Amino acid sequence: MSLLELDDVTLSFGGVKAVDRVSFAVEEGEVFALVGPNGAGKSTIFNLISRFYTPQEGDISFDGRSILDLAPEDIADLGIARTFQNVELFEQATVLQNLLVGRHRHRRSRLWQDILFTPFVRREELRHRIAVEKVIEFLELEPYREKYIQGLPYGVRKMVEMGRALAMEPRLILLDEPASGLSVEETRDIAFWIEDMRKLMGITVVMVEHDMNLVRDVSDRVLALADGRVLAVGTPREVQTDPRVIEAYLGPGEEVA
Amino acid sequence: MRIVFKTSHDADIRLWKHGMQLSWYLLLLALAAALPLLLDDFMLGEATNVLVWAIAGMGLMLLVGHAGQASLGHAAWLALGAYANTLLQTKAGMPFLLSLPLAAVISGLVAALVTLPIMRLHGIYLAIATLALSVLTEDIIILAEPWTGGVSGLFAPDIEIFGVNFNRYANPHGLYWLVLAITVLVTLGYANLLRAPTGRAFVAVRDSEVSARAMGVHVARTKTLAFALSAAVTAIAGALMGHMAGVFNNETFNIVISIYLLMMIVIGGLGAIHGAFLGALVIGFLPQAIALLRSALAGALGVGSITIPGLETAVFGAILAAFLLFEPRGIYGRWIVIRTWFELFPFYRRDMFRRQRSYLKTERMR
Repeated sequence: MSLLELDDVTLSFGGVKAVDRVSFAVEEGEVFALVGPNGAGKSTIFNLISRFYTPQEGDISFDGRSILDLAPEDIADLGIARTFQNVELFEQATVLQNLLVGRHRHRRSRLWQDILFTPFVRREELRHRIAVEKVIEFLELEPYREKYIQGLPYGVRKMVEMGRALAMEPRLILLDEPASGLSVEETRDIAFWIEDMRKLMGITVVMVEHDMNLVRDVSDRVLALADGRVLAVGTPREVQTDPRVIEAYLGPGEEVA
Repeated sequence: MRIVFKTSHDADIRLWKHGMQLSWYLLLLALAAALPLLLDDFMLGEATNVLVWAIAGMGLMLLVGHAGQASLGHAAWLALGAYANTLLQTKAGMPFLLSLPLAAVISGLVAALVTLPIMRLHGIYLAIATLALSVLTEDIIILAEPWTGGVSGLFAPDIEIFGVNFNRYANPHGLYWLVLAITVLVTLGYANLLRAPTGRAFVAVRDSEVSARAMGVHVARTKTLAFALSAAVTAIAGALMGHMAGVFNNETFNIVISIYLLMMIVIGGLGAIHGAFLGALVIGFLPQAIALLRSALAGALGVGSITIPGLETAVFGAILAAFLLFEPRGIYGRWIVIRTWFELFPFYRRDMFRRQRSYLKTERMR
């Protein structure tokens, strides 16, 4: 059984079919990349999995259970974390506080306990902070730990967002263009971190990415999309040499003298 | 600049950042407790008033400053607190120690119910809905005459705890200490909330609903909770106001009070508990300052007295406008800038607290 399965999923906005009968399955423990030109429906698929959108047809299941009856808030509880293409952080809070919000799905204290800050809440806080501290160490965010998000450079924000998703201790992480806007060195770091996420933390990774070098380096399988339809699925090499994919990116082939 | 070396997670969890800060707060508390010995009865009454306003301010701060939801109708919860507390004492014969928390609980529950239909509103629409709530409350008070006494109002009995009377004039010291104790309790509860998951959920909803959802924060539930807690705290202040006024009617808690409340926390500084207290100080002592200024001006000009109707409101309005224009972070925000300047002297940079340009936002999925 696959961890995440999309089955004939269709979503249209008005007359535009953003996602058109898309089916794929992501196995536990793999790194799965979605590629395609702008407007192919990659981010829309992420929003479908996070339940921000509801498909008109088809089914999405996680761990063998359909998630279409769940609200967006309930997706985190399943162990699905995500980042956003345009970095959605809590601006007026520190890096540490942002990461601690990622621990929300692990909260066990009740309101009255929070108000009295009982010893139980203190123990819980300790548990959350140890988990968050691990993420900070992993992503080397120590220099920014106490800084407010609103003053941080773009690259750091991206790291914080990834950290917030990791603080959730998810089973599946959805990374929406993790390397966009990053320098070559930062992109290389991302590649290592994705490797570690899978190998050390046992997290399944689904990512949308335009940087083909990164995709080739880290992903086990790639799915190419264009105009909301699946063009090809396979290893990075297979997909990159697929004539339909080349056509989608470069236009129909012409006789070259 | 003080550099705190953190050697355990407790350094992040506890309420104070370093020992020095704790000493300052304890000193402030000691000063506040010693105030009855330093002030005359009139000024002590004003100080009590400031504390009550600070409680109300904390109630609204929780909603506006931390959960990021607007409210122009918080006088409604002051009113509900005052009426519920008084009626529980006079009609149900409850002691103050029981009626006060119960009035807060009632207001919280009513707020949660009322919030359900207006939950999906944002920004200006939410502000209008809460404004309507405030107007409605005045009408309901008049309509529910058998209970509320309508226009002629309701008499609040003296606060009595285990036979000790806390009348405003007979026992001003006692009343002040009682209000101070309630203020400290509310402040501690508020500060605890902010360092616990619930407070972080509020901030998450304030800053980005989309990613709060993705983190598993139930946005609607969190907003309802924020409204309920905010109303409950505000109701405590309302109940105390009722006791201090002695008699109140439908006009005691009108829209102007709602607007004063909101002004207070904006001037004090949104998003920090300190802001509620600083704002309360301004609101509490401004009428005195204006009166002093007025008599000084009259003396200087050689006229008997100057009476300008609406002067106070105009001055309040001017101060609010000035803050919004020149220091949107409020007094507390300005204080942080000044403190940082001294801490880093001479390395303070002008743009240190300037807002960064905001990056593109994900199109809101509402």
